[in-house]
Amino acid sequence: MRWREKGLTYAVVVPFAIFLAFPFYFALVTMFKTNLDLANVEHSPYVYNDLQGHFHWDFWNYATTEHVRFLFEDTNYPTWLLNTLLVGAAVVAITLLLAMPAGYALARLAGGWGQSAGVAIFLIYLVPPTLLFLPLSRLITQLDLKDTLWSLILIYPSFTVPFATWLLMGFFKTIPQELEDAALIDGASRLKALYLIVLPISLPGVLTVVIFAFSLCVNEFIYAFTFISSSEQRTVSAGIPNDLIRGDVFFWQSLMAAVLIPTIPLALLYNAFLDRFIKGFTGGAFR
Amino acid sequence: MEAESARLKPAERRWQHALESRRVLALLLIAPAVIFMALVVGVPFVWAIYLSFTDAIGGSLTGHWVGFDNFANAWQDDNFRRALRNTLIFTFASQAIVVVGAAVLSNFLVRDFRGKWIVRFLVVLPWAAPVVLSTIAWLWLLDSLYSVVNWTLARLGLDDGLVWLLGAVHLEEDASVPLQWLGRPNLALIAITVVHAWRILPFAVVIFIAGRASIPTEVEDASKIDGATGLKKLWYVDLPLQLPIALVAVLFGIVFTAADFAVVYILTHGGPFNSTQVLPTWAYAIGIDSGSLGEGAAISLFLFPLLVLVSVGMLFFARRAQVS
Repeated sequence: MRWREKGLTYAVVVPFAIFLAFPFYFALVTMFKTNLDLANVEHSPYVYNDLQGHFHWDFWNYATTEHVRFLFEDTNYPTWLLNTLLVGAAVVAITLLLAMPAGYALARLAGGWGQSAGVAIFLIYLVPPTLLFLPLSRLITQLDLKDTLWSLILIYPSFTVPFATWLLMGFFKTIPQELEDAALIDGASRLKALYLIVLPISLPGVLTVVIFAFSLCVNEFIYAFTFISSSEQRTVSAGIPNDLIRGDVFFWQSLMAAVLIPTIPLALLYNAFLDRFIKGFTGGAFR
Repeated sequence: MEAESARLKPAERRWQHALESRRVLALLLIAPAVIFMALVVGVPFVWAIYLSFTDAIGGSLTGHWVGFDNFANAWQDDNFRRALRNTLIFTFASQAIVVVGAAVLSNFLVRDFRGKWIVRFLVVLPWAAPVVLSTIAWLWLLDSLYSVVNWTLARLGLDDGLVWLLGAVHLEEDASVPLQWLGRPNLALIAITVVHAWRILPFAVVIFIAGRASIPTEVEDASKIDGATGLKKLWYVDLPLQLPIALVAVLFGIVFTAADFAVVYILTHGGPFNSTQVLPTWAYAIGIDSGSLGEGAAISLFLFPLLVLVSVGMLFFARRAQVS
């Protein structure tokens, strides 16, 4: 009975994992393919082949890194990565500054209406950029921010702040009130208790917010796409589809490298912080 | 501490006292976030509504009042209706796949088995990957000439059968080998639905698992005593208890699919012949490409009723989940 259960688990879980991860496996194979190997439709696309289309176990001798080098030396990709990091860092800083006090107040101080206000703020996160990008693109032009990273730094907190407030509210709720009360009795002010007691304990939660807010910035497309038109000012999400996909000429190997390089570190971070994310996400109200 | 505050001037003491009051402090802490969101979400939102009633064109922020003309014009356009239809198809078809997939996968992923961490890593990948980038990976999988899907179907000898099947069910009457996944209207609809389901599924699985974790252990024991096992237990015990949180995952999925711009824009640009346009891409085509800001705003506002429905559902289930 036991081994049948196990077998069933694998029979379900493995096909799902293959389906979900396959595009990334395929991207990984493609990024090191030689042009001749890639362009021959008789060759197996799953592995590296010699000129006759045969697979060898020393497959790395039939692969190439020239397209990865091309990506870093002959395109704006490094600039986009840097821009993404800059925008992400600035947006995360603004987000924490606004969302930490709000999340704390909603979890602790606001009383009965704190719950409703928390859900209301969260609903703002559901107002999609596709509803707002038309007026915002005009506004950015009026403010003379078009084609600058500042436009993204100003607008991205519009979705990271509600998201982070919600998560932080969930985290703060899991910290026992007694800890703070003890500090208050010892004579600390509320702000001091927040700073000395609550912040250090909620550091893992804050780190989770940093990672997920940052990844929201990397994900964003329509604002980056409409606000910015010069290649040097783009982020990865807007730069790759705009500059590396030109008409029918695709640099598939370079494109796949460009896809995988930001994905792998993000995936590792997601896995490391997934449990905490769930705790904050579902701890806010859905308990 | 006492001595310290006694040394302060009376005005400062009053100020410090105010900071100790829950209500004042709460307002002070919440205010910056609320003001900021009012400015960057509230103002543009009201502005979008205003623009939708004007004849504003690209480059201007205002226009003449035209009443409901923009909405009427949009509605009379076949492309708009198709965009609305496609938005609904993509949203509900992909979420149906997501719900079934997440219900099954989450119930197996909570078990203990060897290699669980690597499975979890692989399952979470589509969620962690930036949506634009993973969509480009799909663009390559579905390429007109080099599609690995077609290559595999051909090697398995399934491609002719699939073409026949597509014709038999009247999905694609004159498709041929190799299949143009993004170049034929109905195949592109299928492809986009699958990509949406693929990218939302990991998030739903994760939330479903959280929902399972919230089931008290007493329930587990009670169902064991009552003899509920396997599918019976899944259907009568686990799923109903997971329902409130699962619905939250679904509502999320609905918003993120209905409002998504990147997947359709990158896979098909709304083509072939506008057959895969959705409301966001059509709003972009009219509002930015054609410069009819007013009509573009009107088109994007058609998303709003869906959003309100989802929000109401969310509030409702959040409350219910809390009570139980």
